[in-house]
Amino acid sequence: MFEYYLSLFLKAVFIENMALVFFLGMCTFIAISKKIETAIGLGIAVIVVQAITVPVNNLIFVYLLQDGALAWAGLPDVDLSFLGYLSYIGVIAAIVQIMEMFLDKYVPALYNALGVFLPLITVNCAILGASLFMVNRDYNFGESVVYGVGAGVGWALAIVTLAGIREKLKYSDVPAGLRGLGITFITVGLMSLGFMSFGGISL
Amino acid sequence: MSDATYDKDSIKNVVMVALGVCFVCAIIVSMAAVQLKPLQVANKELDRNKNILIAAGLFKPDVTQISEIDTLFEQFTVKVVDLQEKRFLTMTEVIDAGIDVKKYDQRKAAKDPSQSIELGQQRDIASISRRARYSVAYLLENDGQVDRIVLPVHGYGLWSTLYGFIALEGDGNTVAGITFYEQKETAGLGGEVDNPAWKGLWPGKLIYANDKVAFEVTKGPVDPKSSRAQYQVDGLSGATLTSRGVQNLIAFWMGEDGFGPILKNLQG
Amino acid sequence: MSNSVKEVLFGPIFSDNPIGLQILGICSALAVTTQMSVALVMCIALTLVTAFSNLFISLIRNQIPSSIRIIVQMTIIASLVIVVDQILGAVAYDISKQLTVFVGLIITNCIVMGRAEAFAMQNPPGISFLDGLGNGLGYSVVLMAVAIIRELIGSGSLMGIEILPLVTNGGWYVPTGMMLLPPSAFFIIGLLIWALRSWKSEQIEEPEYEIGGHTALSRAM
Repeated sequence: MFEYYLSLFLKAVFIENMALVFFLGMCTFIAISKKIETAIGLGIAVIVVQAITVPVNNLIFVYLLQDGALAWAGLPDVDLSFLGYLSYIGVIAAIVQIMEMFLDKYVPALYNALGVFLPLITVNCAILGASLFMVNRDYNFGESVVYGVGAGVGWALAIVTLAGIREKLKYSDVPAGLRGLGITFITVGLMSLGFMSFGGISL
Repeated sequence: MSDATYDKDSIKNVVMVALGVCFVCAIIVSMAAVQLKPLQVANKELDRNKNILIAAGLFKPDVTQISEIDTLFEQFTVKVVDLQEKRFLTMTEVIDAGIDVKKYDQRKAAKDPSQSIELGQQRDIASISRRARYSVAYLLENDGQVDRIVLPVHGYGLWSTLYGFIALEGDGNTVAGITFYEQKETAGLGGEVDNPAWKGLWPGKLIYANDKVAFEVTKGPVDPKSSRAQYQVDGLSGATLTSRGVQNLIAFWMGEDGFGPILKNLQG
Repeated sequence: MSNSVKEVLFGPIFSDNPIGLQILGICSALAVTTQMSVALVMCIALTLVTAFSNLFISLIRNQIPSSIRIIVQMTIIASLVIVVDQILGAVAYDISKQLTVFVGLIITNCIVMGRAEAFAMQNPPGISFLDGLGNGLGYSVVLMAVAIIRELIGSGSLMGIEILPLVTNGGWYVPTGMMLLPPSAFFIIGLLIWALRSWKSEQIEEPEYEIGGHTALSRAM
């Protein structure tokens, strides 16, 4: 059992990395990866939000939305799965908002460090993407927790690594047309290629 | 809005706008979902039936029309297989078990502890870790004799789990066809499991020899002069692991833990 | 704030391309571009959602209270995406299977939200709709360009029709499998941006760091 969860975690972090394999969360990924400190801050925020939203959305899907889920309320024929997108994004927005208020009150240092990134997380495709994949693959609650944390860690790992590379790239002589956005894309492509080497690991 | 005292940030307005937007969106979304649901369900079923027909060799892409799928599929008898008790269920038993053959999702059942078992390393030849208790088989019957039986199979390849259907002739031993409708193997290499040219090598091959699964996917081309040739299919070049995955999933599902016992009954 | 129709509609294609300059909407751009047909459906879906969400948001822009602004926008966008997803499942089932979760991800696609905030909230409905269409078109141009390259070089076909006969089908073309893998999409977009900025040089970014003169040498002088 432990092996199964471990392999699920490793798959989410390396082999099916949200940023480098599925290209999710790219906008913030490219925009915020210029400095390592900010990348780390954003990465941690993403891990926490993922770890909370994926299991919560799983509960909502299993007990409220999926076909036959409302059997406990005496409505076994109701299929509300089409409300999925609305619920998941609503939950994500709510949890990010709550997290913001919580941090502002109890951990102000972290709140100030993260600054504007917290609201940005709501529209980060990787967060919604993880919940959608979870539904698509029918994970149970345990798997959702592991997958949520894993997906967050994977994305954080990717953005911190990219920030490290970009800080060095600042000093390189990049052709004018490639400067900034262009060379970043090519770098990310090479990173993605590198991460593919994790495939085929079997536990 | 030219009302000078209209305050869009007033509590009253917040509540009104919130409720209004929710109401309108809910109606539009629900209407779309309810109206389109029958079409979506039909599409899903059509897709599955098409794959079953392809495996059985009754649907030829570019020749057979999509509109013919329903009529062609009607010839099949759908039966539920109890993999634990290794037999077909009768109609009453199917109803008692609460199984709707059209909606039964074997993949989902395999993850539900109440409807499946964990296989353990020894038995898990196809690397699928769990096996559902029930599966659905599709039989083509003629005067009480089984002409063809189509069975769902799945197993792990290199990158992903391959899902497909295998069709056997009435003797429960000769392959009539194979198709893989879902896989995420390397395009051009392992992904060639869905290449009609490769799938075309399967019909006529035999699965069992001396009551054991003898079917293999060889590494490299099959030697036509070998006595084992009738049990072998060429491996996919550059896709050793995917080919091995295919061999393993056939070994599992045609074996004791899969459909082996009920196929033996067909033969006997 | 009156922009000419032509500017609003065609500006985002090259001079203000959402992907190439604004760095928006990249996520789905990359994952769905292995086949032209899939990419095309994605483009149409996104363009429609952006155009209509711009339209609806602009219609009620004067009523939306600022405290729930983002949520209201998201609700409208999410509802539109649900409708599009339902329609796809009903009329284009095969393609919707391949798009899987990426249709849902249109909700968080920065282009849609970005234009809603930046344009629809301040402009009348008619021009907002066109702005949505324009940005959708800009996105589509990049997506289709990437898809054409990836499908042609990776599978030897365009829109599913075989152009370069594959060796596995008895032809001569050995497909470049790498094109069907994720990294290639990044490389292609990087190169496309290079090409775009060589053409429209006003989009080139300023270098972050200028290497100064040799200090020891200048001190010696």
